[in-house]
Amino acid sequence: MAAAASRGCGGVWRFAWQRGARGPVPAPRGQRAVAFNARGGVVQPEKCGLAPWVPVVGLEIHAQISSNSKLFSGSQVQFVAPPNSLVSFFDASLPGTLPVLNRRCVEAAVMTGLALNCSVNKKSLFDRKHYFYADLPAGYQITQQRVPIAVNGSLSYSVCIDNKMSQMVTKTVRIKQIQLEQDSGKSLHDDTRSQTLIDLNRAGVGLMEVVMEPDMCCGEEAAAAVRELQLILQTLGSSQAVMAEGQLRVDANVSVHHPGEPYGVRTEVKNINSLRFLAKAVDYEIQRQIEELENGGTILNETRAFDSKLGCTVPMRDKEAKQDYRFMPEPNLPPLILYDTKSLPANMNHQQVVNIDWIHERLPDLPSVKRAKLVEQYGILPEHSFTLLNEDGLTEFFENVVTQTQMKPKKVIGWILKDLLSYLKQHSLTVKESPVSSFLLADLLNLIEKKEISSTAAKQVLSELWKGEGKTPLDIVKEKKLELIQDQKELEEICQAVIDGQENEVMAIKAGNRKVLNKLIGLVQRETQGRANPVLVKQLLEKKLSE
Amino acid sequence: QTVTVEVLDHLEHLALVDFRDSEGVERLQKAIQFADQLHEVNTDGIEPMDSVLEDRCLYLRDDDVTEGNCMKELMKNAREKVEEYFVAPPGNIPLPKLEEQDAFLQSS
Repeated sequence: MAAAASRGCGGVWRFAWQRGARGPVPAPRGQRAVAFNARGGVVQPEKCGLAPWVPVVGLEIHAQISSNSKLFSGSQVQFVAPPNSLVSFFDASLPGTLPVLNRRCVEAAVMTGLALNCSVNKKSLFDRKHYFYADLPAGYQITQQRVPIAVNGSLSYSVCIDNKMSQMVTKTVRIKQIQLEQDSGKSLHDDTRSQTLIDLNRAGVGLMEVVMEPDMCCGEEAAAAVRELQLILQTLGSSQAVMAEGQLRVDANVSVHHPGEPYGVRTEVKNINSLRFLAKAVDYEIQRQIEELENGGTILNETRAFDSKLGCTVPMRDKEAKQDYRFMPEPNLPPLILYDTKSLPANMNHQQVVNIDWIHERLPDLPSVKRAKLVEQYGILPEHSFTLLNEDGLTEFFENVVTQTQMKPKKVIGWILKDLLSYLKQHSLTVKESPVSSFLLADLLNLIEKKEISSTAAKQVLSELWKGEGKTPLDIVKEKKLELIQDQKELEEICQAVIDGQENEVMAIKAGNRKVLNKLIGLVQRETQGRANPVLVKQLLEKKLSE
Repeated sequence: QTVTVEVLDHLEHLALVDFRDSEGVERLQKAIQFADQLHEVNTDGIEPMDSVLEDRCLYLRDDDVTEGNCMKELMKNAREKVEEYFVAPPGNIPLPKLEEQDAFLQSS
């Protein structure tokens, strides 16, 4: 009861009142007694007569294994290829063919299980899941329903409170299991001729299904969890996990209930093609269910599709209410046995053995470890390292700049995250497509460090560099005359001129109002067109004013 | 016990078999009776065997591309094709519902 609410997110649906026949119950310790509506507006429950809702979100994620050949056959795995050219007789389900397990796929699943803190089952089994669809030529999918390869893990991820990067909170979602299974082919619907065209290139490609327990409570949490999983898979190399290429597919299970009551009927939402749509689809479905129930309706245990154009979920055609998959053991495959250093048999063929410990020792640094190392090594903030890892190639760019400049990493990070990244986002460019290379940026930052230009001037140079016309920072500085004034005498004269021209301000400063000094500094900057070192200017002004 | 009409209908939907006449249903009944003999064996405290291969070693293949590229051969058996695609009906064609079926099934 209180447990359900407290495990929920700290954001939008947080609430503390429990409505019942006995009237409102005092809030659990520490929580203010308010309810939040879907968009974060505070709503007093008594005012609108609403009882609060606890949304529950679980995810089923299918990640395509990054391998040369398929899970049970030797045909190639490739995203773009002529239709039905990457299909073996087994993939087409021709009689007399048998599945032969790909060792690389087993290793990928073990790596992923270990990275997600799972127990890897030393003995796992394969099963057949039966259903009819044109892109499943055998009429069944080989999967692991009874005993999957890994179980009982966890994934930690971060969410921002109130959209503030500086207030990040760590959440955990439990991983129920990871199983190996076959992908299906692709159907292209030709409505004009009332037919479906089938391409079996994808049929039989290895998938890891990662099942996440319903520990999430909103779209933001779901998207953050999937993003972290994506980064982990890409770091491991077990899947390239690019959603746009169908290498990572997410189905969301959504339900709502009142605190203290049992879980509500859940719907499954499919056809979600990006992290952004995942958050939208989940939030829409939560809202739809709440509205339906508050209007006295009921929720059907159905499968719905997310319509990205309309931003809503709709019931799916062709999906009957209750499917009976008639699971049975896959008779052509013995149990999959994995070993560790203790159980390793003495004279077994090396190539036939998958050693869990061997794989564990060779796991690369996971994103969470990489972030911690960046914070420690460079003295940057945790939310900085979060952004560095979140943008493909940005960490490398940052580290390259740091090695090529004298500027401290703590200062460099500001230029990377505020200036470079915002330019990239504005122009929808990836780090790799940046017209400003790490070499150029380091060059620019060095000019600041050597006090040849001010930071304000540097920003101007950066916007010029962005045009990608091949000029160096120094070229632009000379062209636009942005060098800091090095001649102390010249600066003194300008300071004196400003002092002479601002009698009232000078009097105010001498009377004790130090803040007015900033106005004088500003005037000097204007006179010099931003070419004065502000620290030096302040010193000079203070010296003159104390005379 | 006899197989009910609901069970028959459910099986027909799942397996796309057709128990169109009473002989078919009779054969199904006999098959179930035959399989039921397994219940006569005392299996208390015995681990179920789900594959005669359970003591075999599951062979692991190297991740090499050794098959595929045989579209023409695969297409030889296709009744209908469009360019290099297999052709299928627009979706699963739903079987008639129980109420719509012939009366004879309900009387058997």
